[in-house]
Amino acid sequence: MNFWEYLVNRHQQLLTDAYQHASAVFQCMVVATLLGVLIGVVSYRSEWAGNLATTTTATILTVPALALIGLLIPLVGLGVPPTVVALTLYGLLPVVRNAIVGLRGVDPTLVDAATGIGMSRPARLLRVELPLAWPPILTGIRVSTQMLMGIAAIAAYASGPGLGNVIFRGLASLGSANALNQVLAGTLGIIVLALLFDAAYVLIGRLTIPRGIRA
Amino acid sequence: MPETGDHGASIALESLTKRYPGSPQPAVDNVSMEIKAGEVVVFVGPSGCGKSTTLKMINRLIEPTGGRIRIGGEDVTDMDPVKLRRKIGYAIQSAGLFPHMTVAQNIGIVPKMIGWPKTRIRERTEELLDLVGLDPGEFHGRYPRQLSGGQQQRVGVARALAADPPVLLMDEPFGAVDPITRDHLQDELIRLQHELHKTIVFVTHDFDEAIKIGDRIAVLRERSHIAQFDTPEAILTNPADDFVSGFVGAGAALKRLNLTRVRDVEITDYPTVTVDDPLQQIFNLLRTSGSNEILLLDRRRRPYKWLRRGDLMRARGSLARAGTLVSDTVTRDATLRDALEAVLTDNAGRVAVTGRRGEYTGVVDMETLINSVHEMLEADRLDAMEHQHELESLRASQTHAEQEGAAGPAAVSGPGGQR
Repeated sequence: MNFWEYLVNRHQQLLTDAYQHASAVFQCMVVATLLGVLIGVVSYRSEWAGNLATTTTATILTVPALALIGLLIPLVGLGVPPTVVALTLYGLLPVVRNAIVGLRGVDPTLVDAATGIGMSRPARLLRVELPLAWPPILTGIRVSTQMLMGIAAIAAYASGPGLGNVIFRGLASLGSANALNQVLAGTLGIIVLALLFDAAYVLIGRLTIPRGIRA
Repeated sequence: MPETGDHGASIALESLTKRYPGSPQPAVDNVSMEIKAGEVVVFVGPSGCGKSTTLKMINRLIEPTGGRIRIGGEDVTDMDPVKLRRKIGYAIQSAGLFPHMTVAQNIGIVPKMIGWPKTRIRERTEELLDLVGLDPGEFHGRYPRQLSGGQQQRVGVARALAADPPVLLMDEPFGAVDPITRDHLQDELIRLQHELHKTIVFVTHDFDEAIKIGDRIAVLRERSHIAQFDTPEAILTNPADDFVSGFVGAGAALKRLNLTRVRDVEITDYPTVTVDDPLQQIFNLLRTSGSNEILLLDRRRRPYKWLRRGDLMRARGSLARAGTLVSDTVTRDATLRDALEAVLTDNAGRVAVTGRRGEYTGVVDMETLINSVHEMLEADRLDAMEHQHELESLRASQTHAEQEGAAGPAAVSGPGGQR
């Protein structure tokens, strides 16, 4: 069976895996974004809190994905939970760091002006600081997503969902008829998904970054 | 929604003090000051003297560590700062416009926060753009980065005025624009203030700007101590001490010229003819009028040429070749400094004064200028002496009262406290 025949033959299974892969990454990314921006908002004003947040998330990222998922199994069990926890944790760093950098990078005279014309702290954050920090935050989200696409494949190790299953199956049966096809299909699928997501982010950027600050 | 109305509110600072933890000297030390409703007061002083800090304590961007602030008689020292700031316009250097919002959104943001309906915000935005000299149709949808520095500053002022606050604080608003634009913006602000009568507190380190804009000027030295708080005229002619005279700089008499307009001095009438008058009449006028020069006006009665006796002879009776073209004119709103400039560059020492549409209204010459400057300085000197005298007698009576032990809290905020 050549690669093309394999794809046609197994497209049902592959599409399901791809969908689950994308869905896992997307959902974890939403959680990571919310958490990351929240951590950024809470910590950007203080030197040490900001550094603590960045260092902690950076440390998490240095733990090998396989090890982290392995370590999570005894804690949260097999399947979806370790996948979600691991992906969310890995996704945090770029978002947190860019949120802090972005929020700190807002021109202090603008913050001064916003306060001076009578904006409350939440209003200032929502109407001035976050919109101005949004481009770097979005970049952070984009980087995170690319990274999670790859890491999500490893989730199959803990019987998580996604294209990782196809790859692992292939790797486990190397030498058999479909092994190479499986690995290839899984890898290419992840690349295609990553490209699609990236295109979506370009579109989101177009739609959400105000014209006045678009580069 | 209560209307704040067009007129300003008075501001009173009572022993205002700001201490930063860890520094032995207060940044602002015991400042007391009364600012009248509808007045433009300029804080001027060297950088780091605490003028900006003092300003920012009025809208509590910086919380005072001591003293009280009253606006319109109401003590606002413990009021919710967000509510307070919505009643105080705030304009800063390089405008501080939000780059992600359009001009209209920038201006409308304060009204939006206090819950004005959309149509009213839109009307107000258009009105304000018009007021600051920007075409609403052209500018309301633009983003700040599409504007020049001067235009941004205008929008900044419009934003500060959006909710029609009685008080306007301006922190070196024109510090970052080029000198020509700055001059324009200052003129605009003066014109605006003629219409609006807000209470404006303006911070600058440029003494010339202070003279031009201020009804009264507070010259501040380190820790925001008030060295002198008086009208520009009084500060120029009678600086309180060496610090103030040092700050006023050289040429106080010349600077005084900026404070008086051409319309305030005597404009002499000059014999005039128009280009349509027959040559004979022009000859007659040249012969009969006492002066040896007449002013030739064009068909719209604008100054065109200076004609001397003999000019016509030399030009063999041709008006087109005779005389010297009028190179410079001043309006009645020009400052005496502009007029002097024009007179000095003119080789015959006079300049034609024109009305709104450039039509001739009279002539100012060197002699008139010198005389009026002399009169002006003399009057200022008398005023200053009188003022000094008043202050001294007031202080004397105060000291007297204090010695009697009857001095109440009134003694704290009296003029003596300003020194």
